[in-house]
Amino acid sequence: MSEVKAKVEKEAKVADPVAASIDPATQQMLRRAQELGIDTVFDRAVSLKPCNIGIQGICCKNCAMGPCRLPLPKSGIEGEDTRKGLCGATPNTIAARNFARMVAAGAAAHSDHGRSVAEVFLSVARKENKDYTIKDPEKLLAIAPHYGVATTVEVDGETRDRDFDEIALELAEVALGEWGKPEGQLLNLKRAPQPLYERWNKMGECPRNIDREIVDIMHRTHMGVDQDYKNIIKQCTRASLADGWGGSMIATDLQDVMFGTPYPLQSEANLGIMKEDHVNIIIHGHEPILSEMIVAAAQSKEMIDYAKTIGAKGIQLGGICCTGNEILQRHGVPPAGTFLQQELAIVTGACDAMVVDVQCVFQNLANVAKCFHTKLVTTHPMARMEQDNVIHIEFDEHHAMDDAKRIVKMAIDNFKNRGAEVMIPKQKATQIAGFSVESIKYHLGGSFRGDYFTLNDNIINGRIRGIAGVVGCNNARTRHNEAHIILVKELIKNDVIVLTTGCNGIACAMEGLLTPETAGVFCGPGLAEVCETVGIPPVLHLGSCVDNSRILLAATEVVKAGGLGKDIQDLPAAGAAPEWMSEKAISIGQYFVASGVYTLFGVSLPVTGAPVFQNYLFNELEKIYGGKWDLAVDPLEMAAKMIAHIDKKRKALGIDKARERVLMDMADRQKLETA
Amino acid sequence: MSRLVAFAAIQGGYNIVSKVEGKYKRALQTHDASTKVGFPNTAYYLPVIYSLLGLKVETLEDIKKPLDIARKLLPPHVKGAHHLPYLGPLLDAGMAALFAFEIEEAIRYLEDPDFYLHSEEPDMEAGKIWLGAADDTVFRKRGVEFVDGSAPGFAAIVGSAPNPEIAKMIVEEYQRRSLYIFCAANQNGTTVIEQLIEAGVQVGWNTRIVPFGPDISSAIFALGFANRAAMAFGGVQPGDYKKMLKYNKDRIFAFVNALGDVNAEWAAAAAGCVNWGFPTLADTDIPEILPTGICTYEHVVANVSHEDMVQRSVEVRGLKVTVSTIDIPCSFGPAYEGERVRGADLYAQTGGGKTQCTELVKMAEMNEIEDGKVIVQGPDIKEIKQGGTFPLGIYVQVAGREMQADFEPILERQIHHLINYIQGIMHIGQRDISWVRISKAAIEKGFALKDIGVVLHAKFHQDFGKILDKVQVTLMTRKEDVDKLTERARGEYRTRDERVEKMRDEDVETYYSCTLCQSFAPTHVCTVSPERTGLCGAYNWMDCKASFEINPTGPNQPIEKGECLDPKMGQWKGVNDFIKKASRGAIDHYNFYSMVQAPMTTCGCCECIAAMLPQCNGVMTVNRDYIGETPCGMKFTTLAGVMGGGASSPGFVGHSKFNVTQGKFIVGDGGLLRMVWMPKSLKEEIKDRLIKRGTAMGYPNLYDMIADETVGTTEEEILPWLKEKGHPALNMESLVG
Repeated sequence: MSEVKAKVEKEAKVADPVAASIDPATQQMLRRAQELGIDTVFDRAVSLKPCNIGIQGICCKNCAMGPCRLPLPKSGIEGEDTRKGLCGATPNTIAARNFARMVAAGAAAHSDHGRSVAEVFLSVARKENKDYTIKDPEKLLAIAPHYGVATTVEVDGETRDRDFDEIALELAEVALGEWGKPEGQLLNLKRAPQPLYERWNKMGECPRNIDREIVDIMHRTHMGVDQDYKNIIKQCTRASLADGWGGSMIATDLQDVMFGTPYPLQSEANLGIMKEDHVNIIIHGHEPILSEMIVAAAQSKEMIDYAKTIGAKGIQLGGICCTGNEILQRHGVPPAGTFLQQELAIVTGACDAMVVDVQCVFQNLANVAKCFHTKLVTTHPMARMEQDNVIHIEFDEHHAMDDAKRIVKMAIDNFKNRGAEVMIPKQKATQIAGFSVESIKYHLGGSFRGDYFTLNDNIINGRIRGIAGVVGCNNARTRHNEAHIILVKELIKNDVIVLTTGCNGIACAMEGLLTPETAGVFCGPGLAEVCETVGIPPVLHLGSCVDNSRILLAATEVVKAGGLGKDIQDLPAAGAAPEWMSEKAISIGQYFVASGVYTLFGVSLPVTGAPVFQNYLFNELEKIYGGKWDLAVDPLEMAAKMIAHIDKKRKALGIDKARERVLMDMADRQKLETA
Repeated sequence: MSRLVAFAAIQGGYNIVSKVEGKYKRALQTHDASTKVGFPNTAYYLPVIYSLLGLKVETLEDIKKPLDIARKLLPPHVKGAHHLPYLGPLLDAGMAALFAFEIEEAIRYLEDPDFYLHSEEPDMEAGKIWLGAADDTVFRKRGVEFVDGSAPGFAAIVGSAPNPEIAKMIVEEYQRRSLYIFCAANQNGTTVIEQLIEAGVQVGWNTRIVPFGPDISSAIFALGFANRAAMAFGGVQPGDYKKMLKYNKDRIFAFVNALGDVNAEWAAAAAGCVNWGFPTLADTDIPEILPTGICTYEHVVANVSHEDMVQRSVEVRGLKVTVSTIDIPCSFGPAYEGERVRGADLYAQTGGGKTQCTELVKMAEMNEIEDGKVIVQGPDIKEIKQGGTFPLGIYVQVAGREMQADFEPILERQIHHLINYIQGIMHIGQRDISWVRISKAAIEKGFALKDIGVVLHAKFHQDFGKILDKVQVTLMTRKEDVDKLTERARGEYRTRDERVEKMRDEDVETYYSCTLCQSFAPTHVCTVSPERTGLCGAYNWMDCKASFEINPTGPNQPIEKGECLDPKMGQWKGVNDFIKKASRGAIDHYNFYSMVQAPMTTCGCCECIAAMLPQCNGVMTVNRDYIGETPCGMKFTTLAGVMGGGASSPGFVGHSKFNVTQGKFIVGDGGLLRMVWMPKSLKEEIKDRLIKRGTAMGYPNLYDMIADETVGTTEEEILPWLKEKGHPALNMESLVG
């Protein structure tokens, strides 16, 4: 009897592959891992439950008198909420402080990524670096004015083009200064629609410099400092803006300058992109600095020839997470999978090397790699692993190409060590990726008429109901990719065009939603018609998680193009992260809310234990920012809420009714405003 | 299925650019790179390339740059499955094709200079039916009609209809709606123009049916016309392609009708036109592009029946047009204004030196006349044998509570174009020197003299309903009646002229604005005073006054001139305040009587432009019909290009022909005595008034002292001549001050 019970318990500790993921490739690899006795995140999610108190956001461990845990009873609290910690901190204070520390961590992650990019850019501008160049000088000239860098000079009263190298150098110095300048405020804030910027400024919420706002949060949330949740949220805004309109935006800007602004291209997605007869290198993490070089090295004749000498047909690169998105957007390197598939890429037995840098990298990768021939290479000085099979090759941007070649060569040399156990799922889907603010603009009218107005016009005429930004991670507490796909399909069915980044982008690609052909299958008739006219998928992949800054700028372009209000909060638009898990998502959520976007998260939010604070985020913030937080676990409910919000904005804009065809006579034409 | 359109158009773009590259290469083999190329008599080079890219193509060598740009614009081909976005590439391919077309036509002008007839009318006898690029004279003359709304837009028709009857039906429908019809390209060797000629329709600029050319490349002339309008009237700077195309989308109501099978080259051209916001409507089953954005409404509409083509086209373009429904047997509308009645077509005529033909409008008491009554006194047209002549008196009596005697000449001046609007009837001159020619075609349709009365009654009510309640028309065809009317009319003319001529700026407290051109020139605002008629020549102070009474919220608004800030230069505070507001802050003051200091602005539709000639210490003026060089170093069209679009350009001023002899003409700079040069034709046109005004200023022989092109077209050439004649300007104070 007890034996039987023990067996049941043991079996219960592994995940049901079908319940764990909607993706057949993932299911197949999960089964294989289980057969091989390798545990993955899916299994651990079954055996390890989340903390009941932490999930509500009301566990305070900010001092050694605690941790103080103030759970909200299931029945709620009638009358006065008398819960408090030893110091007297209320649930609101505790939840807000925890929330703020997530914002700080998220903003720090994005912004430190941005800092690395800015540092490399400075070395390029100083001509200290032979491996990186400026691939998109036009973008450099286009962004320079936003950083207060002049692109022209006055010579004898005549305006001339300024020396390009000089512009680049000043831009690099100014950009790097954004992390620690002693006074002023972040320069990119003024790229926002004017009313939005003025609101931040009036409320004193413009970030001063990027690092300071993060330090500020860490200080303010120390024991016994800021104990007013509203004031804490103000600082969350400041730090999150330092991410979205600061570190992330600078990262995107300078990556585009150095590596090229993405333009649409064709690629594929899912584990099926790995090739049995090729050397497979999986690049995982977030920064493109290293991966750019690995792409170049892997495409070099030297390396390809070398791969052939050891019996491989070539080198297949694949991405995971946002590094994958970076090299997808610019080079068409296919993503092998989302965040939750990282272990599974190794389980194929065909991964000759997995190269990782920062963020979202499972420590368990080392354990999985140990079961195969896979070399797991950490490359970032701040991101190492304790397991002894992990190889650390510290990447130095001054010897970028040498380091990259060393890694690629190691992978090639490892090809022959593969066991017989190679099993690559067949599943892969074609995708069109590579959208950016610039390329969308081009595709909305070409070199001469490219303008977001084309999009606006179709929103105004009702073919497109609204715009959704659907972004974010996977979370093993929910069925892998399910909420992503249900939500996105429901939105496009209702004629809402979707802008995607991060693992949502990869999930949509795997599902085939990033092809133009999808429009005719899943979209409402209006969106389908627009997609057919422009030749775009109904879901536009804008890149990695720092590229959420592209969504901010795209929204700004939509505002500027006219007809849909004066501010981002006027737009018929909403944002969502249905399967979020990372602190970065909280930072992103906060900067979207503070920029005027109604933002919904799935899974759970660690604020439910503090109802007053939750109400502040979910309702009160809308009066301050025009945007607010919300939680919806069911993706269909999430879609319904987003669409209802979009409809509310359409009504406010007066575009909820069908537009009449206006026939102009001479008198009408004379009334036309100055062009 | 936009993908199919994109696929075809991009293919077409490649074909066209490659073909033109080949032609260019061959041209370079036979001609020197420095060989001049261009379209006739234009200051806008190859206008599409110039306006969008800012490149001046003057020689064969200059072609390389835009042709390279066209090549670079060509996007990758659209793949079958999982293609990349194609709307942007499609529009770029279209633009590349259009640049190539313009270059192709420039090479044609070089290699086959007689291919096109440089004229407003085809020469049927010589078989020259293709007119090619509109020169600047034609473009300015016609451009004004787009500005003032008498031409609401244009239909660019490519290909040919299934038969001449359908071609005629479609084109006449457009004519009735007053649109211009620009024709290009053929369908299997047949063109709409040839079909129209076969169906007996008169083609040419005068009937608004323009035969550009037999190939699709000649469609570029339509776009060159539109873009010149934007530069000349809209003040859009060359190279500012965004503004240029937006201007076209918002203000030039044009569209394409593709008749017959649409091949890849047509698809490319259509895609190119979408850049302008000009949609394409086809009579064949081609893939449609219906969502809006680049065009105001649909982009490509297919399967349009010939019966619906015209109505559907104007709707898709978002244009409201009115069709005059006047109960006469002939068609009626501005499109027929320029139609000729030539000798072979003539049935009968009146006036023109052969008989007397006189027109008079007089105010009547309300109970004196009967509204709508048309009396024909004497034999009607049917009683006159073919080829005959007859005298005619057109006596119109008008009554209304708001009617004033001052409005009589305004109404009377309408008679000319209103009679011309009747298809098959031609009207020349005015007052007692009118000349009416009636065609056989009109008679066949059942035209009778009373129809003139019907037209005048209907149109007077339509256009001037605010000031009149009753209109009665008497048409006299007996010599004694006409003579009697003529004698009376001459007395009336004299009284009126004296009244107008005696009016001084000082006599009135109110001037009138004219912002009629603001649909095209958004910052331009004319001010019309009794002694400074509108620079387009169409509006004097009295006209503006009447126009205001008729339409109190219209383009002519009263301006209280207010405090006089400078009596010599002619500047008033009230006027300044007004123009600042009406020009949306672009201009805050100007002088009525000076061309040197802060002169009035010009929309680009001025009849004449005066320019300083510093060596001669005088000024010259040139009218837009004169296409030659002038002593200021610029032709009219270049001058107009420099100062059109609502700018105040010191040293230049636009003015009407009539204004030259008005008392206040540049009086702040010394007046008419400064005039040292004008084209001979203009001089002769206003000879009597020149002599009169010269005499009044103490120089009875001023007329003989003004040089013209027979004396010279440079300051150096005319200066000795002026000295010899003792021109007064030479001894006046320095013009530059």
